[in-house]
Amino acid sequence: MSFFKKLKESIATKTEAVTNVFKEGLAKTRTAFAQKVEELITRRKKIDEQFYEELEEILIGADVGVNTVMQLIDELRVEVKKRKIEEAADLQPVLSEKLIQLMKGDDHAGLRMAASGITVILFVGVNGVGKTTTIGKLAHKFKNEGKSVLLAAGDTFRAGAIEQLEVWGQRVGVDVIKQQSGSDPAAVMFDAVQAAKQRGVDVLLCDTAGRLQNKTNLMEELNKIFRVIQRELPDAPHEVLLVLDATTGQNALSQAKLFGEKSGVTGLVLTKLDGTAKGGIVIAIRNELSLPVKLVGLGEKMGDLQQFDSEQFIHALFAGLIQREDAEGSEETAK
Amino acid sequence: MAAFESLSSRLQNVFSKLRGKGKVSEEDVNDAMREVRLALLEADVNFKVVKDFIAKVKEQAVGLDVSKSFTPGMVVIDIVNKELTELMGGTQSKLVKANKPPTVIMMAGLQGAGKTTTTGKLAKLLQKGNHKPLMIACDIYRPAAIKQLQVLGDQINAPVFSMGDQTSPVDIARAGLQHAKENGNDYVIIDTAGRLHIDEELMEELKQIHQITKPDEVLLVVDAMTGQDAVNVAKSFHEQLELTGVVLTKLDGDTRGGAALSVKAVTGCPIKFAAMGEKIDSLEPFHPERMASRILGMGDMLSLIEKAQSNIDAEKAKEMERKMRTAEFTFEDFLEQMEQVRNLGPLDQIMDMLPGMNKMKGMKDMKVDEKQIGRVEAIVRSMTKEEKQKPELLNHSRRKRVAAGSGTTVVEVNRLIKQFDDMKKMMKQFSSMMGPKGPKGSKGGKKGLKGLLGKNMKFPF
Repeated sequence: MSFFKKLKESIATKTEAVTNVFKEGLAKTRTAFAQKVEELITRRKKIDEQFYEELEEILIGADVGVNTVMQLIDELRVEVKKRKIEEAADLQPVLSEKLIQLMKGDDHAGLRMAASGITVILFVGVNGVGKTTTIGKLAHKFKNEGKSVLLAAGDTFRAGAIEQLEVWGQRVGVDVIKQQSGSDPAAVMFDAVQAAKQRGVDVLLCDTAGRLQNKTNLMEELNKIFRVIQRELPDAPHEVLLVLDATTGQNALSQAKLFGEKSGVTGLVLTKLDGTAKGGIVIAIRNELSLPVKLVGLGEKMGDLQQFDSEQFIHALFAGLIQREDAEGSEETAK
Repeated sequence: MAAFESLSSRLQNVFSKLRGKGKVSEEDVNDAMREVRLALLEADVNFKVVKDFIAKVKEQAVGLDVSKSFTPGMVVIDIVNKELTELMGGTQSKLVKANKPPTVIMMAGLQGAGKTTTTGKLAKLLQKGNHKPLMIACDIYRPAAIKQLQVLGDQINAPVFSMGDQTSPVDIARAGLQHAKENGNDYVIIDTAGRLHIDEELMEELKQIHQITKPDEVLLVVDAMTGQDAVNVAKSFHEQLELTGVVLTKLDGDTRGGAALSVKAVTGCPIKFAAMGEKIDSLEPFHPERMASRILGMGDMLSLIEKAQSNIDAEKAKEMERKMRTAEFTFEDFLEQMEQVRNLGPLDQIMDMLPGMNKMKGMKDMKVDEKQIGRVEAIVRSMTKEEKQKPELLNHSRRKRVAAGSGTTVVEVNRLIKQFDDMKKMMKQFSSMMGPKGPKGSKGGKKGLKGLLGKNMKFPF
């Protein structure tokens, strides 16, 4: 059975609603990316330098990242030589396979929850990626699942950040642990963990102020937050999620690396993927730093935060390619 | 990430095989252009923009006479740099002023680009020029966005006009403008909600605000870290709103900021400001030539030089240079020099501005600890005058005294003295490299500096 067929079947078992959210959210990505590849293959029959160069441009245009693209193209060249591929059309399955390999990795897309007691999730990232919004949406999700949730307003720096989280708290109907603006965020975390213990909540979601990853002192502050949580609750934080704006380019690699060093990032949240943004940078991050994407923000509504599912992602991204292979497959059986 | 080595060293590799040839052939240029292309793509410049740009530079580079210049790589960089600067808008441009006040400035951009923060910073900048700005809070969608603007307004003591989050932004803008006219505000800055450029409903709302307020400036706020998509964002905002300028935010990060070039190329609008930090007064005029070298990964040498010029006493610097050359550098000079460097600002920021520094191997691990500098200072200050001038006097018992006096340990004192000696040696090397007349242009000096830094450069703190 072809890879795509397997993929299709496994997706068919999933709820249609989720598939549609992905499909809609990634519509722009799909047109921008998969269609271009197809167009290139039909237009350029032969595989030559020009072909490679254009393919390179498409991939880079999706923010896949220069290093990863170079690696991919080199691998393709080797395959082409080995399998003596001449027609561009024959290259297509090879390309899809390679891309999917890059994106898949080990599949632990779900959030790691504590076996018993409180699950602490810490959110980190640069300014303006959507940390607070993501927390609001995630709180909503947990609440719907019947869990008790507590929020920690760790962004004591940006004007209005605490109020923003409070508004989310009211909307969703969960409490927010806060101190004054300008207070030590590590102290807020301490309070929050204590409160979570006392009230016996299921999930504690911790907001932090946005910070650029090259600001040493701010990164140390984050490290302190991390240490305080760890000290107060030995197994925590169960997840440290780096929130990434899908429009971010190569700098995302640097973000993932430096935040990883200071706060032990365990996964990514990709936000604003419903724009024209391609989010190709997650492929690069997967490839170079092997960090999995756990959640994706696919819209402005409360329910638009979805658990990341690489199969859904690939399916939505390569819908065009998959249909084609399907058609070819049925032709073959007809013969 | 090996691919992130600087463009200059990569170009040197390309041209190293050139030796003995008089002219750069087309093939050499093609090789060089591939490296330039990679450098630009790594900096997130849009690939279409890169393509056009490369074609332009190629023309100039073919047939380049290299017999006169022994570093063709530098010549190519020079061409690339000039073209980039040109493309980025040549010289910096200022905010327009309406004939009849108030001057209306409208902010637009994606979510999280930094519109509200920039609105506050811009108001602060205008206040410095003795203007009376009014900020209008039109972001009724994001929770607490109005509150954020109000807090910023309180910080800088500037008025904020708001009507809560139940009134339509169009009405708020209209009423706010009226309010400004009545209260004699000469600048009005309209903060709008972040929106995706493909969100038709919200874009329509922006258009309406535009129609009613007839802004003199429509500024697109762009996150400097934006990737390839910057082109599409800028294009559709420009098509719908006729932008007049761009503000680049989060430029104090370690991004190379290729988005700046993409946005400029697509809209043709000048980049008017750059946000360089978290503080409210960190909005600076944009310098195209500096951005060009940053995109190329050559560091922000010019900014550093300018900072140094305004902060370092020229006379003292001259004397210091003489001392370095003759290696009669003492602990006293060391102390003085440290103070001067400190005047430049936080050390990690200075380090960032040096070319190649952030990408250099091992440099990432080197942390600049400001407290450590204080300790070093304490050690030096605990020495007697004689000891400072003649460090060789410092025997074991003297070192013990110094350690006790500065609240440190002998180990630390020993380390400092060792590093001081190393530094002296390095300076000797350094000065012989620069020649007796000082550095022969920054380029040669930089190359030497890099080589040195790679191996034995250790900061004494």
